[in-house]
Order: sequence, then C-alpha cells, then structure tokens
Amino acid sequence: MMSSKESILQKIKQNQPKDLNELPNLEPLKESNLDVLEQYKTILKSIGGDFAEVSSYAEIVAFVKENFDISKRILTTLPELSEVANLEWTNDDPHSLQNAEQILVKAHFGVAENSALWVTDEIMGQRVSTFIPQYLAIIVNKKDIVAKMHQAYDRIGNQEYGFGTFIAGPSKTADIEQSLVLGAHGARGLTVFILG
Amino acid sequence: MSSNKTIPHSEAAAIFNKNEERVNWHDETLWFVREKRDKSAHQIPEWELLRETASQIKLNVLSNIHDYLVEFETNAQKNGIIVHWAANAEEHNVIVHSILEKNNIKQMVKSKSMLTEECHLNDYLTERGIDVIDSDLGERIVQLRNEPPSHIVLPAIHLKKEDVSETFHEHLGTEKGNIDPQYLTESARHHLRDVFLTRKAALTGVNFAVAETGEFVVCTNEGNADMGAHLADVHIACMGFEKLIPKREHLGVFLRLLARSATGQPITTFSSHFKKPREGKEIHVVIVDNGRSEQLGREEFRNSLKCIRCGACMNTCPVYRRSGGHSYHNAVAGPIGSILAPNLDMKKNADLPFASTLCGSCTNVCPVKIDIHDQLYKWRQVLVKEGYTPKAKTIAMKTMAAVLANPMVFEIVGKSGRFAMKNLPGLVNNKLNKWYDQREMPEVPEESFKEWYKKNSKSAKGKNDEQ
Repeated sequence: MMSSKESILQKIKQNQPKDLNELPNLEPLKESNLDVLEQYKTILKSIGGDFAEVSSYAEIVAFVKENFDISKRILTTLPELSEVANLEWTNDDPHSLQNAEQILVKAHFGVAENSALWVTDEIMGQRVSTFIPQYLAIIVNKKDIVAKMHQAYDRIGNQEYGFGTFIAGPSKTADIEQSLVLGAHGARGLTVFILG
Repeated sequence: MSSNKTIPHSEAAAIFNKNEERVNWHDETLWFVREKRDKSAHQIPEWELLRETASQIKLNVLSNIHDYLVEFETNAQKNGIIVHWAANAEEHNVIVHSILEKNNIKQMVKSKSMLTEECHLNDYLTERGIDVIDSDLGERIVQLRNEPPSHIVLPAIHLKKEDVSETFHEHLGTEKGNIDPQYLTESARHHLRDVFLTRKAALTGVNFAVAETGEFVVCTNEGNADMGAHLADVHIACMGFEKLIPKREHLGVFLRLLARSATGQPITTFSSHFKKPREGKEIHVVIVDNGRSEQLGREEFRNSLKCIRCGACMNTCPVYRRSGGHSYHNAVAGPIGSILAPNLDMKKNADLPFASTLCGSCTNVCPVKIDIHDQLYKWRQVLVKEGYTPKAKTIAMKTMAAVLANPMVFEIVGKSGRFAMKNLPGLVNNKLNKWYDQREMPEVPEESFKEWYKKNSKSAKGKNDEQ
C-alpha cells in the first residue's frame, strides 16, 4: 500500500499546473531612501516600545541602575553588563527563568520599517529568555539598522541557527474588543538601547 | 465543539442581525481594522509591487509544490525535525495523538492553528482524555465558552468585553462585573503562565515553511507560541502543504505583507524561525493535505491555495461584517473561507459562495492577489450545475435564464410583473419571496425602458415631428 506521503505527492504532481511559473525578482523592492534611524525610532514608539541612545555599555549600566529594579532578577548574556545582571543561567532549566524581571541581550541588527530586532539562540542564552521575563531590553548598534525586511534577509543570508526571531515591541493583544493591552504572555515592555 | 447541525448562512445571518446595535458594532469594529490596514499599506510606496511579487512567488509555489515539499522534508530532517504526512483530517489527528501517547503526555498547550480547527483536533484529543488548552487570548476566550473562533486572526471579535468578563468570572474566578480589558488580559496572563510552565507538549500552527532551509516561521503578537514551544519537551507544528515558500529571502516579502494586511501593524511582535529542536527535545512537523491536492487540480479555484490567512478579506467584506464569522459554519469564514469550504464539502457548504455581494473588495485587499470574488461567482455556477443549491434557488435561476434568453417572453413577463407589483403587491412581496426580506418595495415604473425608448429616442421623435 502507498504511504500517505507517496499518495499526497503523487496527487500533487498530477494536479499542479503543468507550466512552471518563474520566481519574481526581489531587487526592485529593496530601493529605499528612508532615514533608517529616524524611521526606526518613530516606528518603535508607535508600537509601544521605548529607546535610549547610548554611546557605551557604561551608559547602559547607569541607565539600568537608574530605571530598572535591580533588586529583582535581571539576566543578560553580555559580560559588559555583569555589574547589573546575572550571567549564570544559560544552562539552567528554562522553567527556572519564570521569575526573571528583566533580560538584556544584543540583537544582530534592527529593521527600520517595522522596528524589529533579529536575535538568534546563540545570543539569547536560552530560547525562552526573550519571552518569559516581565521586561525586555535589547541593544543594537546604531550602524546595524537596515531599511527593510529585504535587507534584513540579505543580511541573514545563510546564517546558521537553531532558532531565530524578529522582535518588534512588547508582547501585546487586542483580543478583548480591540482594546490594545501591552504584556500578553511575553514582555510587558521593550527598551531598545541604540548604541554608537 | 462545533455543532453538528449546520444552519445555512442566510438563516444564521438573520439570527445575528436580530440585535441591531450589536451588528452595527461588529460592522464598525471590523471596518476600523480594515482602515488600519489601509493606513499601513499606504505608507509603503511599493505596496502594489509587493503584492504582485508575493502573488508571483505563490504561483511559483503552486506550480512546483511537489519538488518544494520533497526539498523541505529533506532539509527539515537534516535539521533534526521529524516530518509526518497526513492525507486527511483524521490522519492528522491520529498522528498528533500518537506523538502525545508515545511521550506519555496527557496535557497540551496550543497556539493558534486554523488547520487544527479545520481538522477538529481539540474534540478528537479531548475524547481520548487529552487536555488541550488554547493559549491565544482570543482562542482561550472562545474555548472557555465552548465556541469556535469567529475570525482567523481575531477569534473573539464577535464578543463584547461584558461577555469576556462573564466568561472569565465563571471559569477563572475574576471579579464579577469587572470589564476592564487590562484587568481581564492580566488575569488570562496569570492563568496561562501556569499552563505554559506545566505542559510538556506544545502545538503551534505554521505561517511559512521554507523549502531551502527546512525551517518554519510562526507569527504571534502575544508570544504564546514561543512560550509554549520553548518550555515543552515536544513541539508539534501542523501545516497545510500550501504554507511552503521556496527560499528564506521570500520571508521578507510575506512578513512585510502579513501583519499590515491583517491588523495594520508593520509586523507581528514575534516572527519566530524554528530550524532545529533544542538539545534532547523534539520538533515534529505534520504536513496535511485534507483536500488541498484536489483544490490544486481545480484550475479555476487553485489560486485559493495562495492564501496566507491574514483575514483582510473578512474585515472588508460587507457580508462578513454584518453576519459574523459563525454564520459561515467553517473553520475559515468570510470570502476566502467561502471559496475554500466547498472544496472540502460541496453539499454542506453550498450556501457559502452565495454569502457575498460580489463587490470585489476582498480581491482588492488580498495581499497575494487571489481573485476571490471571481471564484465565488464561479463556485455558484459549479454548485448550481452539480445540483447542490436549494430547489427554490435552482428553479428561480433556471426560470430567469429562460426569461432572459427570450426577448418576447422577457417583455411579457416585464409587463405582467409591473402590473403585479403595482396592483397586487401581496403576490410578490410575501414570505415566499426571499428578495423582499428586509427590503422596501421600489416604486414601479410606468413602462419598460424599451417602451420609453420607443417614445423618446431621436428617430421616434423625428417620426413624431413629421406626423
């Protein structure tokens, strides 16, 4: 008897159009004259995120001390922030991160058109780390903001990862009468440190 | 969870319309979402090029889907993902259940997946003693109320905050009468956090699967798919085979279109790319056919498989907005649901292609340029021809065709019709004539256009002058 895989594939082969439709050229979509930094900041604000422009990690440490509750559990994967955040958790059971108040990680790059930040498991420490804490802070180099998603995927190219995600703003829902509420299941707030 | 008895769309819509205030609210709320989509789209100068590009990518996929599926499976397996194939809903459910049984798991958390709605997975698992909790807030609300989602993106859009408050009071013990969305959402957050932390299996849908890399992408705003998947030992992702796209770079096109078309957001909060399981954990992908290969063979309807499930066609549809998602008695409601559903079951869904004014707004907003309203029109012809439409409608259509085909008959019928409407209104405006439901009688013209033209055209006037 044919397996389901074989029968599905056979039926598809029989029923799909006989002529191949060519793939389109993506190059014309890449054109852009956006002021990427300004656009990035505007969009981030409009989707409930916040930002701080900083020139060094020392400034980020100072910002954290001033604005975050460091008596609570703060995680990071960045040795530069060890003064205000814990580095020893990446091999723990992911469930044990449930009491984390805040995490700070560094994104590969950001995207101006939607303010999304690209992070992969290599810089997240644990996959759940950017979802489970109450608040999220992500650092991105000022020079690492690209215009649109096409540039983003050019930049990702053949990058190897087990898991990667674009994060744009805090987690949110409008499932109750279209009223926007920040902090659905993931972070209640996102601070982006624009470094450089 | 869904009832077995199917109420035809027009009857269900009539019930929905009994509460006028509520219908108006529903209508306006969805139109508001449509307007957000417009605002967002208009900010992208190359929007139309983006739609055209997405459409071409999807056409390429449909014409080469066999090879892309094989490529995807090979690459996913290389990544350590276990791939399953399900010919139909039943097999899909059996596969999911067997994965849970094998891992001795009795409780599962689930993020949004319209495919599992289509397959009635929750019912299947519940009957076998598996506890399933939907984690998308809207889906959790309707699940607690024992209702199916009424919209693919906004599952609880038919409910008011008072309804949610009642439901949460009953099931989650929230304060009676507290209707603050912030408070209600916070309560659900606490309730579902416990769920995420205790479930060993998480099921998600798939927005896009990439043949080139063997990865798949899941988009959410709430972060619920990620909370489930990254805390569970077993992640099961279910997808219709049309979710495939050729290359990773094509995600750039679809992620630009999806959220803007759905809710007007520039992108969903999370666009998560799952490529490999965590060490010692499992990712399963279930590739489902369930009628899709048949639809692929229907030349006039195969383009419906381009759909990326954004819901824009529902938000803009004047019939959907005023009849509600449940009136479509199908996992996917609205215009797109009405062209997908007859393929699944022509008899049960014969009413759906008629639940449209054919205004074409759906086609205009579709991010992948599906000719939705043309397909609705074509389905009507197929359904009448195959004898799936109600007798009264078939007879009426056949009579009309006969009348329109014969000018002399047309003239006589026109004359007697005008006479009847004027002098015997009860003959036409009665309960048997559905056309008069909620419609006023138009004023009856004295004569037909032909009669008027005979009297008033230039040549007639000339003749009159000569006389």
